[in-house]
Amino acid sequence: MSSTTAGIVFIVSLLVALALVHVPLGDYMYRVFSARKHNRLERGIYKVIGVDPEAEQKWSVYAKSVLAFSLISVLVLYGFQRLQDKLFLSLGFAPVPDHVAWNTAVSFVTNTNWQAYSGESTMGYLVQMSGLAVQNFVSAAVGMAVAIAFVRGFARRKTEDLGNFWVDLTRATLRILLPIAVLGAIVLIAGGVVQNFTDPHAVTTLTGGQQTITGGAVASQEAIKDLGTNGGGYYNANSAHPFENPTAWTNWVEIFLLLVISFSLPRTFGRLVGQKRQGYAIVAVMAVLAIVSITATTAAQVAHHGTVPEAVAAASEGTEQRFGIVDSAMFAASTTLTSTGSVNSFHDSYTSLGGAVLLLNMMLGEVAPGGVGSGLYGMLILAVITVFVAGLMVGRTPEFLGKKIGPREIKLASLYFLVTPALVLIGSAIAMAFAKTRASMLNSGPHGFSEVLYAFTSASNNNGSAFAGITVNTPFYDTALGLCMAFGRFLPIILVLALAGSLAKQAPVPESVGTLPTHRPQFIGMVVGLTLVLVALTFFPALALGPLAEGIH
Amino acid sequence: MGTLPGWLRQHVAALRALLVFTVICGALYPLVITAVAQLPGLKDKANGSLVSANGKGVGSSLIGQNFTDKDGNPLKQYFQSRPSSAGDGYDPTSTSASNLGPEDTVDTLPDPALVKAGKEDENAKTSLLSTVCTRSKAIGELEGVSGARPYCTPSGVGAVLSVLGPRDAAGVVSKPTRVISLNEACPATPFLATYKGVKVECNTYGEDYSTGQVVPVRGQAPARPVVPADAVTASGSGLDPHISVEYAKLQVNRIAQTRSIPVGQVTALIDKHTTGRAAGFMGEPSVIVLELNIDLDKTAPYKG
Repeated sequence: MSSTTAGIVFIVSLLVALALVHVPLGDYMYRVFSARKHNRLERGIYKVIGVDPEAEQKWSVYAKSVLAFSLISVLVLYGFQRLQDKLFLSLGFAPVPDHVAWNTAVSFVTNTNWQAYSGESTMGYLVQMSGLAVQNFVSAAVGMAVAIAFVRGFARRKTEDLGNFWVDLTRATLRILLPIAVLGAIVLIAGGVVQNFTDPHAVTTLTGGQQTITGGAVASQEAIKDLGTNGGGYYNANSAHPFENPTAWTNWVEIFLLLVISFSLPRTFGRLVGQKRQGYAIVAVMAVLAIVSITATTAAQVAHHGTVPEAVAAASEGTEQRFGIVDSAMFAASTTLTSTGSVNSFHDSYTSLGGAVLLLNMMLGEVAPGGVGSGLYGMLILAVITVFVAGLMVGRTPEFLGKKIGPREIKLASLYFLVTPALVLIGSAIAMAFAKTRASMLNSGPHGFSEVLYAFTSASNNNGSAFAGITVNTPFYDTALGLCMAFGRFLPIILVLALAGSLAKQAPVPESVGTLPTHRPQFIGMVVGLTLVLVALTFFPALALGPLAEGIH
Repeated sequence: MGTLPGWLRQHVAALRALLVFTVICGALYPLVITAVAQLPGLKDKANGSLVSANGKGVGSSLIGQNFTDKDGNPLKQYFQSRPSSAGDGYDPTSTSASNLGPEDTVDTLPDPALVKAGKEDENAKTSLLSTVCTRSKAIGELEGVSGARPYCTPSGVGAVLSVLGPRDAAGVVSKPTRVISLNEACPATPFLATYKGVKVECNTYGEDYSTGQVVPVRGQAPARPVVPADAVTASGSGLDPHISVEYAKLQVNRIAQTRSIPVGQVTALIDKHTTGRAAGFMGEPSVIVLELNIDLDKTAPYKG
């Protein structure tokens, strides 16, 4: 089998596996979020937290709970890093510097997992395991909770109630993320991912040199890092590190984990609104965008245009031999299409056009399939905008799932869409305006600009991957990117919940001949088209200055 | 908590919730996984797939190593790993890729005054293209094959010109006034005598050529060079334990000669330490360099 054929089989096998799993997993998640009963452990937890699990929350209370939980999480994680030298299992590492600690705390709480630090030389075992990895679980659970609350806005009628954040958070963590993570971690250990608390120790190599063998609770963190679309690597090299991703088949497993929940949530959505076909339509939009993007990334990498790739005869700089070019490109596309941001190969060394597709993936707003939870609500917002635009074009009443898209609804949806482009473009512009911040670029010319643009795109969209040449552990970048991550996460969440609140209040309009059907291929095509047009209009000038200038001769 | 104001109540609940999840996800979960990892069959892997030679631990089969002497020159009796950007090479405490882009082709030359004084110029920087060319040339010489590559000079740097002169409407310099080989410091003889009828000059330190059009020159090297791609590029982790089967085969003659064993014996060892594609389609066939070298030492000790 040639490398390319094997690579195509690799990609197709993943898509088939996802197609098979998304129905049962989506149904399972539907049952989790609509079950009336609480199990004993959960009842105990609610008692400790001090909340009444039966109490419904209106949108503003739900949003306040999300913000309170996230604020406390940032503060605790910041303190944890600053005090790591006073705690056990610190490996003797000093307290994390304040700007790095702030950046990292925001990064993990917002499900971004942008890393301004190098894992193996900064974070002790305890901070990794009991600080960072905890946020891997709960930040993903927060995303799912918000998505489910949003869907309830469509499903419910004439009510202010959107569910209870604490219940959704607890169930997402304990019933969905934890069981899959346990399974995933054990599978990864079987593949060679390490899981120990041995101090890093030196060995004498075959030729008499010294090499330090590192350890850590890596497998347990790796599983949730992918499953929760977090992406924060235990080590600096992330999923390229042989202790995080030792074989070609663990690579398959990791890609599967990082796509599986986001591709299954549309099914959950369909079940919750009582129309499975609506779920199919949403997953179809995601799949179309994902397949186009994966194909484009892979094609660019295999064709390896560019001076260095042509000199090498392959785009192999920054890739691991065991994965090869296509499997690396598949990982790269998947990690930027979701909000994961873990990498198994280094995007900075990708071909100009391959790197451009990765940037574009994030600029789509990470909706194909997007982050855990955030992908679903992002895609539903795009569907709402599509309904509105289509309604204007053909003179039909804009409504989606029986809910009217009036002035208030479309304002909230538009504001949602505008948040990240504003952060990306303003942030990049500020960084490029000063010589001191420009000095962080490793590469010069258009590629250097791509590094900066990539950093702000990644942070604002809560992705976390990087054109890693750029030096970002400076006070400016740590602070600016930290703000982008926080605003890029929580402003959209507030807008989504506000929209959910106003949708839930409405009585559904009965379907009429004037209603635009939102489950047909026509609608799927319209959402895809609208997404591409919006993103192209917003980001084309910036892309033209970076990867396109570099890649087109 | 009934007496607390609402906003504070949310935060107290949040703090308690975070503590509960820290206990479950941040302590119980990793500890249970670590306990499961003690099962036979998993234990060795969870501890880092350590390997030993002559009863002594020498590293991990998953982590690559340098097979070089103290000055970084390849040891002829061993299979060589890929180039590495992790610290000084294969350093697990600073894993890294090069992060250099596909059009990183122009070197920043060192100050000749500093070089003369035996000092390092901190501003000097070798481009990714020149790095690839230098590696290819060195490997070609080591293995006795051609190290030629597209866009590389015979001297082993990137073949890149700065073409100075007026630009036409498309931004191209069609009638150059001066042409400089950017990566060849004077007094080197440039890889090309003339370009568009203009004599090609070497790069004089301190002169500014940045207004010129940067033109990489493809040259005559075959599109598929003899030295394989993985041999001249650094991996993502800097710890890549593998090389391609092609790169292993390229090293066979040297190994057989240095260890005075038949070529067939070396080829057989390569086959033994080659992992094919998982399930027939995942990844690329790869050779584990450390295990291969350990096996070499065991079956055909080097008497150097």
